[in-house]
Amino acid sequence: MADASYPDELLYHPEHDWAQIDGDVATFGITWYAQDSLGEVVFFDPPEVGTQVRQGESYAEVESVKAVSDVIAPLSGEIVEVNADLADAPERINDDPYGAGWMVKVRLADAGERDGLMDAGAYQAQLG
Amino acid sequence: MVAAASQTLRRTALFDRHVAAGARLVPFAGWEMPVQYAGVREEHLAVRRHAGVFDVSHMGEVETRGPGALAFLQRMLSNDVSKIAVGGAQYSVLCREDGGVLDDLFTYRLGDDRFLTVTNAANHAKDLAWLRAHADGFEVELLDRLDDYAMLAVQGPAARGLVAPLLGDGEQLPARFRCAELHVAGAPALVCGTGYTGEDGVELLCAPADAPALWDALLAAGVVPAGLAARDTLRLEACFHLYGNDLMESRGPIEAGLGWCCKEETSFVGADAVAAVRAAGPAERLAPFAFTGPGIPRQGNAVVGGGEVTSGTLSPCRGVGIGLAYVPADRAAVGTQIEIDVRGKVRPAVVEDKPLYRKAA
Repeated sequence: MADASYPDELLYHPEHDWAQIDGDVATFGITWYAQDSLGEVVFFDPPEVGTQVRQGESYAEVESVKAVSDVIAPLSGEIVEVNADLADAPERINDDPYGAGWMVKVRLADAGERDGLMDAGAYQAQLG
Repeated sequence: MVAAASQTLRRTALFDRHVAAGARLVPFAGWEMPVQYAGVREEHLAVRRHAGVFDVSHMGEVETRGPGALAFLQRMLSNDVSKIAVGGAQYSVLCREDGGVLDDLFTYRLGDDRFLTVTNAANHAKDLAWLRAHADGFEVELLDRLDDYAMLAVQGPAARGLVAPLLGDGEQLPARFRCAELHVAGAPALVCGTGYTGEDGVELLCAPADAPALWDALLAAGVVPAGLAARDTLRLEACFHLYGNDLMESRGPIEAGLGWCCKEETSFVGADAVAAVRAAGPAERLAPFAFTGPGIPRQGNAVVGGGEVTSGTLSPCRGVGIGLAYVPADRAAVGTQIEIDVRGKVRPAVVEDKPLYRKAA
């Protein structure tokens, strides 16, 4: 596992999820803190493309050896792509949580929701 | 009782060693225990391929001694205690009158009139109270030895070979299911040829003050620290029961597949109830199973058509979901297709023989 990092170009949800917004589509994943708390991820159960997700609600499950955790959507919208590579290699969520460990891409429903997210500094301050 | 009410977690004699080894420490049965060090999978595979050491000092010990020790334990434990020779070990369950399982235990015979029984941490106080409540009329002394022993389990194909050089002059490791009072790394230790991983190895009971030096000697010999998470995945691949998951007071040993360690002719507490279930056949049985597709079963998942998962994980050695589930007895046969409801998703599985993981010959 890499050292703790919280890239400046991402937005953060308090439930330890990140979003990278590119026009009207955003990529979602979980933060370094989230994957470190989970331990080794052994299973990612993705949603179906076309599913509507709502900010602050669970859209997927991620499992470590010991525990199951809900993955919370940082923004609302429709899932347009899922990271199919995670089916065979869920450990990418640990190894590269902001890169190869991305989870879904979502066509955003409400551009204003992003104002409720934190920048990297505010998120790290929340972690304490 | 005290542990449940108190915020204070007990620490084993090896707490500082766990911190130094980078452990993630979690509350477990009133103790602050290492759940993992380098990672569950890495530790699991180290035990399967080489050797790992687990601090299991949270487990309790009860010493039973006196002229009536054998007769007393024969009355309390489900197995035939008279079959344990001095220097022997035996697995059994402790039952209520109605056959419900209070605990599962290993008992070591240290002398003609001296036995040491290892309890599960969460059950230790309950077991001791139950034993004391039944001791009237037996010429026996029951000693709580929880604070007198640290316990290290050294497990894996290389375990014996790495422990043997640490023994005192002229001493030899006991065989499987035997025990001996020896010296390890210069300190007195009860060395037991037992374990909870499905691998060969030994369990070492020593004075807590001697445990850090023993731990250091084991690590210096190349044994890898392994945490409770790996202990759980290893025991589940081996299909060993975990009390509180697969064993409980509301079910008996026949249902759990532990009829082999119940000898009703010894008239242990609960023998009549166990005999009745054995004769009639249990309504449900604990069945090992493996998923045939994706997903991971978890404790509490329902079995479609009746039954429940009591333990589940992703098998590090097989790469599929595995578990133990109580199912209706007519659906417990090896090869039976079952379905598990994992939080709303129905996952296909098949009942397998135990163990769920066996090394290629």
